[in-house]
Amino acid sequence: MSRYLGGKEVAERIARLLPEAVVDVAPQWVVVDPTKLLAVGRLLKDDPELDCRYLISLTAVDRIDHFDLVYHLASLAKNHVIVVKARLLDREKPEAPSLTAIWRAADLQECEVYDLMGIRFSGHPSLRRVFLWEGFAGYPLRKDYLNMPGGVKPGLPLFPGVRPDEEGAVDG
Amino acid sequence: MADVHSEPFVINLGPQHPSTHGVFRMRLTLDGERVLDMDMTVGYLHRSTEKLAEERTYIQNIPFTDRMDYLSAMTNNLAYCLAAEKLLGIEAPERAQYLRVIMSELQRLANHAMAIGAFANDCGAWQTPLMYMFREREKILDLFEMTCGARLTTNYVRIGGVSFDVPPEFVPAMTALLAEMPRRIEEYASLLTENEILLARARDVGVLSAADAIDCAVSGPMLRASGVAWDLRKAEPYCVYDRMDFDIPIGVNGDCYDRMVVRLEEMRQSVRILEQALAQMPQGPVKINVPLAVRPPVGEAYARVESPKGELGFYLVSDGGPTPYRFKIRSPSYINLTPLKQMMVGHNVADAVIILGSIDIVLGEVDR
Repeated sequence: MSRYLGGKEVAERIARLLPEAVVDVAPQWVVVDPTKLLAVGRLLKDDPELDCRYLISLTAVDRIDHFDLVYHLASLAKNHVIVVKARLLDREKPEAPSLTAIWRAADLQECEVYDLMGIRFSGHPSLRRVFLWEGFAGYPLRKDYLNMPGGVKPGLPLFPGVRPDEEGAVDG
Repeated sequence: MADVHSEPFVINLGPQHPSTHGVFRMRLTLDGERVLDMDMTVGYLHRSTEKLAEERTYIQNIPFTDRMDYLSAMTNNLAYCLAAEKLLGIEAPERAQYLRVIMSELQRLANHAMAIGAFANDCGAWQTPLMYMFREREKILDLFEMTCGARLTTNYVRIGGVSFDVPPEFVPAMTALLAEMPRRIEEYASLLTENEILLARARDVGVLSAADAIDCAVSGPMLRASGVAWDLRKAEPYCVYDRMDFDIPIGVNGDCYDRMVVRLEEMRQSVRILEQALAQMPQGPVKINVPLAVRPPVGEAYARVESPKGELGFYLVSDGGPTPYRFKIRSPSYINLTPLKQMMVGHNVADAVIILGSIDIVLGEVDR
């Protein structure tokens, strides 16, 4: 049976080698400093006890005053799952380091987060919008999507996707 | 001949192309017949399920999951309901757990029949294997229909159980199918596994090593074909899989042929599981009552199942309201596309089609 490692256990392990990286600890997850994500990722993957070589899922949650990046990591050999989060406080230009250099699985998943949540990943080899097209106004999974500049307003019949400079576009 | 090169040129495959299994587009840069580069475009079927789900109650969201991987709706329903149950801290009654296992395994048989048939199609065995597979898939869909009235978008699993108990005619029909199935699987195996043309087309094509498979987080038959014995039904048994006796088939080379063989072997294992589940299934209620606008406590849950395509996970965040605050789908089809370029580069353009077919993607789940 897969073991879901508690936040405290993981935090202690991380803090032993990267003392400043851990920002907050919850029973189920650990919150790390986004600027240290690369070092933490490397540690999680290479540490023999944690051995997180499998990136299950990478996603983001819009908490209105900040974004949570959520990483679900697993070790297939030890059969455990850990949850790591990082808080991005900048709402205008949220940016985090890309983890594609550590897990190639992050490639498409970071594109998805960028496409739908508008978080940039610096160092990503080809960050692009995967499901929507370049120039699509706004980022639909954000909670304020309807009020974003260039986004649709509630009740308007126009489908989003007309570029702001085109005729018939909804202005922000 | 090896050092003769042509001017690189770009060929566009899809989105409307029968061998892309949906609306998937590849731009292949070729040197003669050889693939130099691959660039994929998805999103033609994007419906933003994750955003839609944020505005609907937990129970209203179940039909959305049918429409992601429309070839295996039962496991999609199950994965979502398990995540919601984890969030609520409830558990379905025992008979419902058995019914969930039965439906998941029937769905796996139906999905793999489709996957292998379509793969044989891509290899040039035009329609014949596919129609053989459809013969059995049809009977499985009939079982779904008599249980819940639908064949593809089943909407059967509910939070806290399943929607209906099976009708009296279900068990005899399924017993008859199970009695027939091993013979049918042998028939597929004798037609395909030693087929000269299929061996020539699929062996050593699209090889993915175990290390690369783990690095790219591929899952399901594709991961197992690369030699990693990882199956969530064993690693994190949900429902009553811990009471079932079955084996995890693994491949050796991680090529397209191994992926097909692993799927065939999984069909045999599914029949084993179905026989055990049917024999062990107790009587009793199939559902516990959950309020229609259920409000889970503040928190989050990630639940995952071994869907026919791989690890299907749902990450739900609740803010205490009647709708999910965040509804994230970890779809195996999408993430299994990560190593696609690596697998294609260096092969012929005709192999590109086979490699894509061997991954077994459903675009409804890739794009969501």
